[in-house]
Amino acid sequence: MKIGWLEVTVASIFIVVFLTLIFSRGAHWLEPRFWKKAAIFSGIIMSIFLIFLTFDTHRYINMGGVNVPEPDVINNKISYVLDPAKGYYVPKIGEQEEFFGKIWSKEEAAALIDKGKLTIQSRNCMDCHTLLGNGAYYAPDLTKAWLDPKWEQLIMPVVNKPTKEEAMAAWLQNPDKYPTWTRKMPNLKLTEEEAKAVVAYLKYMSAIYTNGFPDHFGVTAKQ
Amino acid sequence: MDKLYESQKLAIWYFAVAIVLFGAQILFGLVGAIQFVNPDFLFGVLDFSIGRMLHINALVVWLLLGFIGAIYWFLPQELNREVVGIKLGKLAFIILVAAVAVVVLVYLFVQIGPGDIKTLWFITEGREYIEAPRWADLGIVAVALVVFYNVVATVLAAKKITGILGVLIVDLGALFGLYLAGMFYTPNISVDQFYWWWVVHLWVEATWEVLIGVINAWALMYLLGSPRRLVETWLYIEVFLVFGTGILGLGHHYFWIGTPEYWLGIGGFFSAMEPIPLVAMIIHAIYDAGMHKLKTVNRPALFWLFANAFGNFLGAGVWGFMQTLPQINLYSHGTQMAASHGHLAFFGAYVAANLTILYIIIGELRKRGLTPQKGILYVLDSKAWRYAYVGMIIGIIGMTAALLVAGFTQTLQERAIGGSTWQAYINAQEHPWFKEAMLWRLGFGIFFFVAYLILIYDILTIKPVPVKEEEVEAEAEVIPEKA
Repeated sequence: MKIGWLEVTVASIFIVVFLTLIFSRGAHWLEPRFWKKAAIFSGIIMSIFLIFLTFDTHRYINMGGVNVPEPDVINNKISYVLDPAKGYYVPKIGEQEEFFGKIWSKEEAAALIDKGKLTIQSRNCMDCHTLLGNGAYYAPDLTKAWLDPKWEQLIMPVVNKPTKEEAMAAWLQNPDKYPTWTRKMPNLKLTEEEAKAVVAYLKYMSAIYTNGFPDHFGVTAKQ
Repeated sequence: MDKLYESQKLAIWYFAVAIVLFGAQILFGLVGAIQFVNPDFLFGVLDFSIGRMLHINALVVWLLLGFIGAIYWFLPQELNREVVGIKLGKLAFIILVAAVAVVVLVYLFVQIGPGDIKTLWFITEGREYIEAPRWADLGIVAVALVVFYNVVATVLAAKKITGILGVLIVDLGALFGLYLAGMFYTPNISVDQFYWWWVVHLWVEATWEVLIGVINAWALMYLLGSPRRLVETWLYIEVFLVFGTGILGLGHHYFWIGTPEYWLGIGGFFSAMEPIPLVAMIIHAIYDAGMHKLKTVNRPALFWLFANAFGNFLGAGVWGFMQTLPQINLYSHGTQMAASHGHLAFFGAYVAANLTILYIIIGELRKRGLTPQKGILYVLDSKAWRYAYVGMIIGIIGMTAALLVAGFTQTLQERAIGGSTWQAYINAQEHPWFKEAMLWRLGFGIFFFVAYLILIYDILTIKPVPVKEEEVEAEAEVIPEKA
């Protein structure tokens, strides 16, 4: 079943108004009783709608759901392309490619993604960066960081690694040694294993379908 | 009221700790503001991530302490009896304060841990706003249950329930219950953020707003003698509007986290409606104050109540609306515009409300022992509260305006033009508009801190001054009743 926003909006408001009017029959609209009923029904009905929408949303946000990939998406090439029908950019999951020199099994990929998420939480990444647009604003948004041209253009030559993922892992272990401008990232003492896992998480996150956020990532208006 | 209830003594303790944490919040905020101007400041000692976490967590905790204090203050007055289980309440307070101290020390000196589940249990959960480690989460839930028990058991023992208490009990149940939604780990960041917003949004934009409605209802009855029937009717209208718009307004956080597209419409529509209850709150406060011609025995509390009504509407309502539709939010989300909105909204909606209650408590405490004289009214008043009041409002508006300019610069330069990359981010941060805005923010931040110091001075010294009853009347009669 496909849910439309307008139907949900109109239905929820209609039901609240309808039930309020039915159950407060006989009360003048300025009486406390009328508004008490309105308060009760708006709380209950809107909560029911939220729970209903939550179940439906899980079809999209579970791993392997409509919008969120399985962890082994790290074995694929990922790009961000304009969908002309939607008018915004969407992630494109392309052909298979090696990640840290190998193809990861489903279980290995899941363990790596899990480690990546734990590392991201344990280092408080979100209190400087934004992830999926949420967090603090002291450092760049990481939603599509895997696709950032700076890794190839600047970081790979500086840390002297042959692949993007290795360069990212090397940089993440010593960000204070390779500052990119006056505001440095502190050294968060990532182990090699943790750094790899974080890189995997960034790649995984870039494959999430985010309704076009951030818009035209990596494409400047001039181009 | 002759003697203080034990519950009210506990309320004073809650507010004492709250107001100290308010100071800590401002200081950690200043550290962050300095780092935006000079990134080397305390680099490697108190990095931005740690200072910022303390800034926000101090805010959340001191506001909650204030809310709980307000409940303990008004509850025995509402029911004319001591709160049931107050010893347990005091024990919970001590545990809470000790737990907060331990969490802060760990934040300051341990800061981060290895990437495993133990770090989440004992150091930090690393989820913005609710970073507190899991053990502290359990402690918070336990304390919340004690507060909830105190309220419900007292209502049962008094065999009396008012409309305000009915709303309070339902709201507290929802508020504390929602916290549980933030207490799990998942490797799936979309699911993580989906329920994380249940805590963050449904607290700040639903259950906290209703709690403020409850506290303001008590404050209006106390400060202006508004009739209960009127106050309760307004409270129901506010609950109707807050829950009616705020619950599905949650959708404005579900635009870009992997959630289906229908949330753009649902979230956009309902969050655009969210300012309506805030307008209702303003009308309510102004109408009541007008009816009573501003006549009150507690001037600072009454004026903080106004700051609350207007600040809530401007900060939460207007500033929130500015960036809530998905078509602008696509570019403004995750920029300093959100920080601008956050500063004014939290100050207006919650800081001002807590200060209202604080001054009500001070007024009650200091007027004790004064002998009533015929024709004389004791009005809580001083010069200092005016300076603190105006200073804080100028400080917060200055910070909000500066952050707004910085946020617009980011929205346009980094997002719309630059394509959101690492370099686009740097370009916007280095833009003269952004850098200048950050200097202004720091300046107004210092200004705000000075106003806080004046506030502390005033809290310690303000006392009721005797005013002839006719003078209070005369002041209230500035506008002639018959034109």
